[in-house]
Amino acid sequence: MNARRIGADLLLTARGYVRSGIGLFFSLVFPVILIALFGLIFSTGSSPPTLYVANADHNSAASEALLAALNGTGAVHVQFVEGQTAAGFSAYLGRQQDSIGLLIPSGFGDAYANGTPFNLSLYVNPGDAAAAGAAEGALEAAVNELNLAHARAVPTVGAAVYQIGGVSYSYIDYLVPGLIGFSILTSPMFAMVDVTSSYRKEGLFRQLSLTPLSRAEWLTAKILWYTLLTLVSAALMIGMGYLFFGARLQITASILPFLVLGPFLFVSLGMLAGSVAKTPESAAIIGNIITFPMMFLSGTFFPVSSFSPPLQSFAHLLPLYYIIDGLEAVMLYGNTGRAVLDLAVVAVIAVVIFLAAIVAFRWRET
Amino acid sequence: MGAAIEVHGLIKSYGTTRAVDGIEFSVPVGQVFAFLGPNGAGKTTTTEILEGLRPRTGGEVRVLGLDPWTEGARLHRRIGVIPQEFHFFEKIHPREAIEYYGALFGLRPDPRTLLERVHLTDKADAKFDTLSGGQKQKLGLALALVNNPEICFLDEPTTGLDPQARRAIWEVIQALRAEGRTVFLTTHYLEEAELLADQVAIIHRGRIIVHGPPAAIVAAHGRPDRLRFDGGPEIAAVLRRETPLSVSLRDHEVDVELGVPADARRVFAALERAGVPWERFRIERDTLEEVFVRLVGRMDDGVLKGEAAP
Ligand SMILES: Nc1ncnc2c1ncn2[C@@H]1O[C@H](COP(=O)(O)OP(=O)(O)OP(=O)(O)O)[C@@H](O)[C@H]1O
Ligand SMILES: [Mg+2]
Repeated sequence: MNARRIGADLLLTARGYVRSGIGLFFSLVFPVILIALFGLIFSTGSSPPTLYVANADHNSAASEALLAALNGTGAVHVQFVEGQTAAGFSAYLGRQQDSIGLLIPSGFGDAYANGTPFNLSLYVNPGDAAAAGAAEGALEAAVNELNLAHARAVPTVGAAVYQIGGVSYSYIDYLVPGLIGFSILTSPMFAMVDVTSSYRKEGLFRQLSLTPLSRAEWLTAKILWYTLLTLVSAALMIGMGYLFFGARLQITASILPFLVLGPFLFVSLGMLAGSVAKTPESAAIIGNIITFPMMFLSGTFFPVSSFSPPLQSFAHLLPLYYIIDGLEAVMLYGNTGRAVLDLAVVAVIAVVIFLAAIVAFRWRET
Repeated sequence: MGAAIEVHGLIKSYGTTRAVDGIEFSVPVGQVFAFLGPNGAGKTTTTEILEGLRPRTGGEVRVLGLDPWTEGARLHRRIGVIPQEFHFFEKIHPREAIEYYGALFGLRPDPRTLLERVHLTDKADAKFDTLSGGQKQKLGLALALVNNPEICFLDEPTTGLDPQARRAIWEVIQALRAEGRTVFLTTHYLEEAELLADQVAIIHRGRIIVHGPPAAIVAAHGRPDRLRFDGGPEIAAVLRRETPLSVSLRDHEVDVELGVPADARRVFAALERAGVPWERFRIERDTLEEVFVRLVGRMDDGVLKGEAAP
């Protein structure tokens, strides 16, 4: 291994990569787009839905109490609509988007005071089941509170809900390590499969075989380049998650081993896939067969714990699973023991695949 | 001077086809050796075996005293190669390519000097995939020279080049020879071989059919020199009557075969005596190209008639 040769090949790789543009898009721009896209889709879903309220029972003590109880649930955001009749309110809601509404008919206060059974009207949109469920739950809780108060009863059973780990994680917190894993996999795999098979077809490897550059040096330069790209793209994704989507992640140096071993593994795997194939076309097919299941089933977009048990067992066979699991252990749970275990698995797989790639990869035909 | 390249009984089979069928030759240090032959004759196969890019099926090969297949790493520091179809990384500039090769060989070549040498300075900073075919070929030659090679292997270096570019490459080859380097060249341009080569070998269906200095090959296998007159049947008639030489007439051109150069005097004397006017004449001499076409054609005919090759 000669540092000057590796450096020269790294420089050449970088120049070709930056000038061709497409690779740079997939390794740096695409992950940022993914973060932005998924972040936007799932961050709006986490704020409580708006509940439009038309109060026809003007300022009765009971209606005030009901609204206070509703607000207290925190599950809906109450917005008043003035001067609506029952028919007018329904039409009004129809003109709003994704709307749910509550109509408090007049006479509610009197009925409550007299203890006469009385119905409130909740309007929901069947297209938005989540918002409807939230509103129903909130209304039921508020009505329950009023009923108990009317009976002058004291609640005896309560429940306190806690989030595991003391912090509540939102989707974006899982998304950042998942998408870092996604780009650790895809950017070297797709590029290396293509490069390995097309360079062979064009005779570029035979030409390199006429120079003192060795296969291990060549592969090392590629690994260094994709590690560099991974570090930049991970920094971009973490920064985006932090700045725009309020991700809560622990950023420590323990992330780095994953950002180095990941590209090491997938550059080697891409070269192995490209080497065993006879043509660039079959190389692309082999590459896709390896890449696509891993892309979706390793916890990139959906947590593996949400899979069915057989699918979970399958996920445990995928090297990327251990990278994402390790990144989550470091960035979310601060679970060093688990991270070290994941790292050991990744390191062993990476070394085995690197050696296999060096053996399978030939400069010249025999 | 010792031999830069030595080949004994070299055989290369691809499955059942024998691409190279027991060839022998050697190239002394400092000579230009041109390897000629029709398409598919086995030139590239032989060249790549010498470069250490392909294993051989049988025979002995030494390049600078080394076995190219098993001692490639040592050999490659001392030779320069242009493959028949030279490709490089699409987005890389010629200047960068030379710096890259320099770094791989642990040298610091001057890209400008090398690019000037192959007439490519104007494209020093253009992406490889924007270069024309001839410009790519020139970069290939420049890269083959980066490591100051003792032997240059050039597989069809001038194919597809314009006449000026071809002459530029010829100059480079002549300069390499003047510097004492050995050049192993394949080409389809016979005048190129005739001009540049100390030795040529013509290979046909994997066998060398003739081998030696170009002038000696022409002398041995070419037809006698001919006097060619612009003129009609009366010149032919006079010469047939007055001289014992073989005369042929075709399209107002009369050819007289000269057994020895002095026969020319008899021809002019006969015309003078007969008082036949003649205007223009020239001497026709076979070139390597004519010899090549005839030898290869005769081999093909022989093969068609089922005769054994000579
Ligand atoms: N990799 C290969 N596999 C099978 N046959 C091959 C292979 N390479 C060359 N051949 C065959 O070997 C013979 C010699 O090919 P070679 O490339 O050496 O010819 P060449 O003299 O360089 O021809 P050209 O002037 O067209 O470049 C041809 O019949 C060719 O089909
Ligand atoms: Mg050839």
